[in-house]
Amino acid sequence: MVKIHVGNKEESPQMDSGGYSGSQLVHHFRSVLDAVKTGDRANYDDLVSYLHPKRNLSPDEVAILVTTLKALSGAVSYIDSDHHESLLFAVSRMSLWNNGTEVMDALLELITSLAATNGKYIDWCLDMLVKHFVPPFYMYGSLDNENGINRKNKVLSRVHAALEEIADLVPLAPLRLCPIVVQNMPSVFSNDRVSSYDFLQRQLSEFVVYHYYEIVLYVENMLKLESGAIGETVGSTVLPALVDRLLELDVEIGWDGILQEDSRGIFDMELEDIIKFAEDENSDSMPQSELLNRKNLQGKQDKKVVEKLDNLIVLALLHLESCQSSGRLAEVFDILLHSFQKTVLNAYKSKFTQFVMFYACALDPEGCGVKFAMILADMFVSDVNPPITRMSAVAYLASYLSRAKFLSAALVTTIIQSLVDQCYAYCKLRDSGMNPRAHQVFYSGCQAIMYILCFRMRSLMDVPRLKLQLLNMPMEAIWKHKLCPLKAKAAKLFMASESFVFNDMLESDLSKAFGGLDRLDMFFPFDPCLLKKSESYIRPHFVRWSKVRTTYDDDDDNVSEVSESGSEATDDDFVDTNTKDMIDDDLMVTVEDLDFNPDLNKMSITPKNSLKHLRMPARIRPSTSPESL
Amino acid sequence: MEGLKVSNANLTVYIHPSKSNQVSQAVLRELSSLLFTFSEIVDGVVLAYDVNSLDTCAKILSGVHPYFGVKLKVNFLLFSPKPNTLLEGKVVKLTEDSIQVVVLGFSAAVIAEKDIREEFVWKMKKGHEVYASRSNKRHVIKVGTMIRFLVKSFDEEILHVYGSLIPDHTGSIHWLDKNLEVVSHADRSEKKKRIQPERVMLEQDAVDGELSTLDIVEKRTSAKRQKHLEES
Repeated sequence: MVKIHVGNKEESPQMDSGGYSGSQLVHHFRSVLDAVKTGDRANYDDLVSYLHPKRNLSPDEVAILVTTLKALSGAVSYIDSDHHESLLFAVSRMSLWNNGTEVMDALLELITSLAATNGKYIDWCLDMLVKHFVPPFYMYGSLDNENGINRKNKVLSRVHAALEEIADLVPLAPLRLCPIVVQNMPSVFSNDRVSSYDFLQRQLSEFVVYHYYEIVLYVENMLKLESGAIGETVGSTVLPALVDRLLELDVEIGWDGILQEDSRGIFDMELEDIIKFAEDENSDSMPQSELLNRKNLQGKQDKKVVEKLDNLIVLALLHLESCQSSGRLAEVFDILLHSFQKTVLNAYKSKFTQFVMFYACALDPEGCGVKFAMILADMFVSDVNPPITRMSAVAYLASYLSRAKFLSAALVTTIIQSLVDQCYAYCKLRDSGMNPRAHQVFYSGCQAIMYILCFRMRSLMDVPRLKLQLLNMPMEAIWKHKLCPLKAKAAKLFMASESFVFNDMLESDLSKAFGGLDRLDMFFPFDPCLLKKSESYIRPHFVRWSKVRTTYDDDDDNVSEVSESGSEATDDDFVDTNTKDMIDDDLMVTVEDLDFNPDLNKMSITPKNSLKHLRMPARIRPSTSPESL
Repeated sequence: MEGLKVSNANLTVYIHPSKSNQVSQAVLRELSSLLFTFSEIVDGVVLAYDVNSLDTCAKILSGVHPYFGVKLKVNFLLFSPKPNTLLEGKVVKLTEDSIQVVVLGFSAAVIAEKDIREEFVWKMKKGHEVYASRSNKRHVIKVGTMIRFLVKSFDEEILHVYGSLIPDHTGSIHWLDKNLEVVSHADRSEKKKRIQPERVMLEQDAVDGELSTLDIVEKRTSAKRQKHLEES
């Protein structure tokens, strides 16, 4: 047994054959802790000095540390935050990450005992455990090898076990844990902001890598917490917090800003560039001037954010998979749905976060998939909701029904029916002319119907029963109504392109007023996800426009288009790289061919022969690029 | 068990105007926010509520947001442990330092070693830690035992109870219910047996090898001296 030199000989006699027995040491520590209250700090200060973190401990020192910690956990009821501040501070400085398993266990035992013994320390203990979700800054580099992974598993499994143990002892602890987990979440931006300054590049890039690692690891832990024993309580806070964080990253990615500022544009940036940039990050040869180039930085920051977001979304998707296999998907989905309604739905043009919902629906089409559609349809129909929410809901609904491969034709028809009924009922009560601002919800409803039909009409027509149902819908009455939904659409459609020749003519109140500031005018949230890793999860459940059999395609055309696009990857590339040109081309061609006529409300929903062989106007055509967001 | 009570409250709940089309839902949501928190208004932790009557008239407050006050009568089930009341709970962890208890499945309670009467002594029994009575062999507290204890104080913020096993009518409920009348008798013989704990400890520590009786006695007395000092 190791000798422990604590205190003077009179008070703590040392045995010649060794040190103290466990129980004796506990009693001794109690008296040492008690003595502080009477002003006798000598032994106490010695005790605290054992706990101060040191690097490269010898086996003897490790043994002393372990014994000290264990004995302290037997004396926790004597620890008083007023008198033993330095002791608590020393304990708070200790890290599981740079200690062996023995010290880890002893430290966790102490923390658990502290949490359970005195209510005052519970937040402090939970906070300390949560801080161990991520390794200290200097350790991230060593975590990729086998040893590092081992260590990571050792630390994290212990931290989670300790949290669960505390929850067993203090049943309300999970409620206190929730805000702590959310508050300790690493900020998503700090590294991106810092990198704008001219710091030492190398250290900076290390920090950036660390920071990147930090948030991913932290989220991993959050999700582990959610799937653990206390997940039921923690989940309802942790999942929305994660979604909020995703959304923060999401809106940070400024496609629009890049498009306007940088002629290079997002369309020239292949996703592979992200990797190149990441490599650049680590190369020392990067010219300083380039670093300081603001625009490049902007682009690079976006790429970092993109990569981070991509990884976080993948984590979320994997978590959903594990929830499904453990049969908890429905409850997790409810939490996600709630947070979706509160935040994502009303976020201005969220681009990627919604795919978490999409994937959850794909995993359980019958349950979650149907529920999602129904909730969105209800939100649109319910006039209690503000117009913006209703418009967002119907945009999500349209995009979801069009893109989700896993939804049945019957469901799609049912929803179309409810949308048409809603719009028709609206029409019947109005007798005024076109007014986009006043009737924006109605117009977005019409837009949604048309959008869904673009994707689904052909497949719905193949089922006789659904065909009959579609034909019986009072759609023509809606299109031909005085409110002129088609005209409103067309106005929007053309103003969106600045290069458009009739720009001046059409930049009128009609188009601008539509939801204001382009709000939702052409927002289809489930346009293809441009995040490389996440996309591979979404792909199997996703309908691509190139694969859609449209009503105006001949079968021959259809075949040739599919073969043209070949693999899905080329399809993407094709669209991503050329979309901008294509949009303009499409618009021009479409307009020339149509011989644009302001009285567009006469146009039938079923395209006439003149449209044959033409691509849909890009602005109506479900877009594959962020530009259309 | 004490510490539980039902109280009848007349409340006015102020509802945001946006909830005017679903008043009863909004009222319930307000009331639910009280659950499992200590509320000074009702002086206790709200465990359950039952709305008795809802006034159909509401007073509209003037202001930027015209909140409206709905009057209602509610029955609350409250948990309000006061000092010197008896609570019952299940032991979830037992160490030499303390006994951790969960009361009613939600509130954590702790009885520190110094608040356990000397009749009880900590020992290892078949690999498990227990607090066993010296005077009654069958009176044993271990993990899983339901115990009755006295409330010393209650932390209202985190709903943590600090308890004590000093009085004789506290301890394992199972044992107390059977032997309540015996306790007083056992109490009398308490003094005689006081010397025994040291022996138990001695046996315990002798396994580890080295321990002189002197040390223990010294330590005990010094600890006591300190306690006296504190108290004075």
